[in-house]
Amino acid sequence: METENQYEVDIGHLLAFDPHHQFPSLPSSREELVEECVRKGTELVQAIAVSLFNLPSTEDVDGPLVKLPPPTTKLPREKHLPKPKPPTKWELFAKAKGIKKRKKDKVMWDEQTNNWKRRYGYDRVNDDEDIPIIEAKMTDEPGEDPFSRRKAEKKKRVDKQEKNRLQNLKQTAKAGALPSHIQLAATALPITGTQAAPKKVTKDELGNVAGLAATATASGGKFDKKLAGEKPVKKQGKHRKFLPVVEGSGMGRQEKEQTDKVLSKIISQNSHEILNLDKAVSKYTVKKEKNRKNQLGKPSTPSSKLKANSKPMKVKNKPNKKFVKGPKAGSSKKGGKAKSK
Amino acid sequence: MLSVKTPKKGRIKRELDKRAPKLVETGKKTLILQGTKTSSVLNSVLADLYHLKRDNAIRYTRKNDNIRPFESGGESSLEFFSQKTDCSIFVYGSTSKKRPNNIVIGRTYDHHIYDLVEVGVENFKPMSSFTYDKKVAPHIGSKPFIAFIGEGFESVDELKHLKEVLLDLLRGEVVENLNLIGLDRAYVCTAVSSNRVFLTHCAIRLKKSGTVVPRVELVEVGPSMDLVARRHRLPNESLRKEAMKTAKDRPKKKIKNVSADAVQGKVGKIYIPDQKIGDMALPDKSKGVKRERREAKMKNGDKDRAPKKQKEDSE
Repeated sequence: METENQYEVDIGHLLAFDPHHQFPSLPSSREELVEECVRKGTELVQAIAVSLFNLPSTEDVDGPLVKLPPPTTKLPREKHLPKPKPPTKWELFAKAKGIKKRKKDKVMWDEQTNNWKRRYGYDRVNDDEDIPIIEAKMTDEPGEDPFSRRKAEKKKRVDKQEKNRLQNLKQTAKAGALPSHIQLAATALPITGTQAAPKKVTKDELGNVAGLAATATASGGKFDKKLAGEKPVKKQGKHRKFLPVVEGSGMGRQEKEQTDKVLSKIISQNSHEILNLDKAVSKYTVKKEKNRKNQLGKPSTPSSKLKANSKPMKVKNKPNKKFVKGPKAGSSKKGGKAKSK
Repeated sequence: MLSVKTPKKGRIKRELDKRAPKLVETGKKTLILQGTKTSSVLNSVLADLYHLKRDNAIRYTRKNDNIRPFESGGESSLEFFSQKTDCSIFVYGSTSKKRPNNIVIGRTYDHHIYDLVEVGVENFKPMSSFTYDKKVAPHIGSKPFIAFIGEGFESVDELKHLKEVLLDLLRGEVVENLNLIGLDRAYVCTAVSSNRVFLTHCAIRLKKSGTVVPRVELVEVGPSMDLVARRHRLPNESLRKEAMKTAKDRPKKKIKNVSADAVQGKVGKIYIPDQKIGDMALPDKSKGVKRERREAKMKNGDKDRAPKKQKEDSE
């Protein structure tokens, strides 16, 4: 007890430390060492107990309760300090304008039904559902349903609020102060040119792919061995669906529209080829020149070359042209020979 | 576009809230795991350690082949486990020819390695080898006393570091109020030489001494072992500074049903549940309360009950 002052006692951790102890000579046997340590430990624990039991205590059913002082030995935190939440846009606005939060009653007097009703939520005061008649006004447009307009307006307000909420949450996420149970996740594809968000393949999609693979045999997977735990293929049967070709009002018209669409697309792609002005002009001039040369009486090697080239260039000999860089006439001959065989 | 994802069940929300960073932390969970090779000694060290910290520890029993805490790249799966289990202290056991019976004790900050201490275990005596009166056996989760003995803990860098880590590992739950009757265990760590620490676990017996302070008696209950300091890695200064930050003001507890009034001062509201006097059961029904038989008879009449059969005399 007389050496108590030499110990460093931290009651917050129930810790005692004797920084001065030194073994004069290491005990020879293990038992002696253990005994010495336990004896010394008892002294230290006694020192903690002295300061602990002298703290003011409150009597409880289970025994005396003691309020521990904060520990003096600092230990590192487990996680960072929680970050403060940034104010929302409304909070900023309210602060700038000096708007204070008022306490409102949960229930209100409803004059339509003459009783108390909730301010918000189901069966609330001034509920749109409760209004049977809306008086017409001079400014009303004819042919517009005032009820559906009210509904649409309400939906717009709700959507706007949701948008604002998301924006505020984004700001909080940026500050790193998002509540632990909220996660923000990207839903739609990003704008083209930016990096695409990696999409996680769902269980369903994997199942579909596995089913497709299983049926991709000549027998449609009929004679394949089933693995243990393999589920029956999900998508079996018809995959293609054809619209009715009979002319009608609904589905019937769809088929025609579909084919029209395809046709118009093709036509619009090749529309510039219907009359290529440059081509027409050049053709015309070539013809004219040919005629002139013929009249002059010269053999027409270049013209024949032109003729030979104009045909294969369009369709068949395009790949040939790439591989063989020899004389064009020869290459075309080769192609012709191969075909004849 | 963004969408908000929130847990669908309350239990998950509560669990997530528990894992969120707190102003005042309540203690660290311990993850106990091992590498590809362990010895029987190490197995029992880890098992005993898990037993001591049973209330807030998680034991992984599978082999882990890609954990090398001191090497770069070898800590990634540790950090993942820390994230997954929400543990911020780990005890990793492995044995090799170079480092037999090796234990790495490390701490994490924000699920990243904060510091590491490597020790070798020698002269291990498991809990099962100790015999003592089972009455004094410590209870699970009780707050321990911790005693550090020896100047080595102050003069030698490695032991100084080991002391801090051991304190963090052994201290148990951080509490404000402590029940003095529940104190039943102590850890004694002695710096035997400049690289060797003797660690033992004792039960406490509180004996009457005539004063307020009882006389303390330690009974060794095990495990006990020698820890030989090997490698260690201190946190870098900036990280240490950040991790040591504490909240300036403690979070105020919301006081309900108490309001301040300028005239009356402090005003409290008391809610009394509706006393159902009508349906209250009386302790015993006295004669006056009981329904009398005669009355019931008058009420029901004798109509529905058949008259008693009279014995007919046959003549």
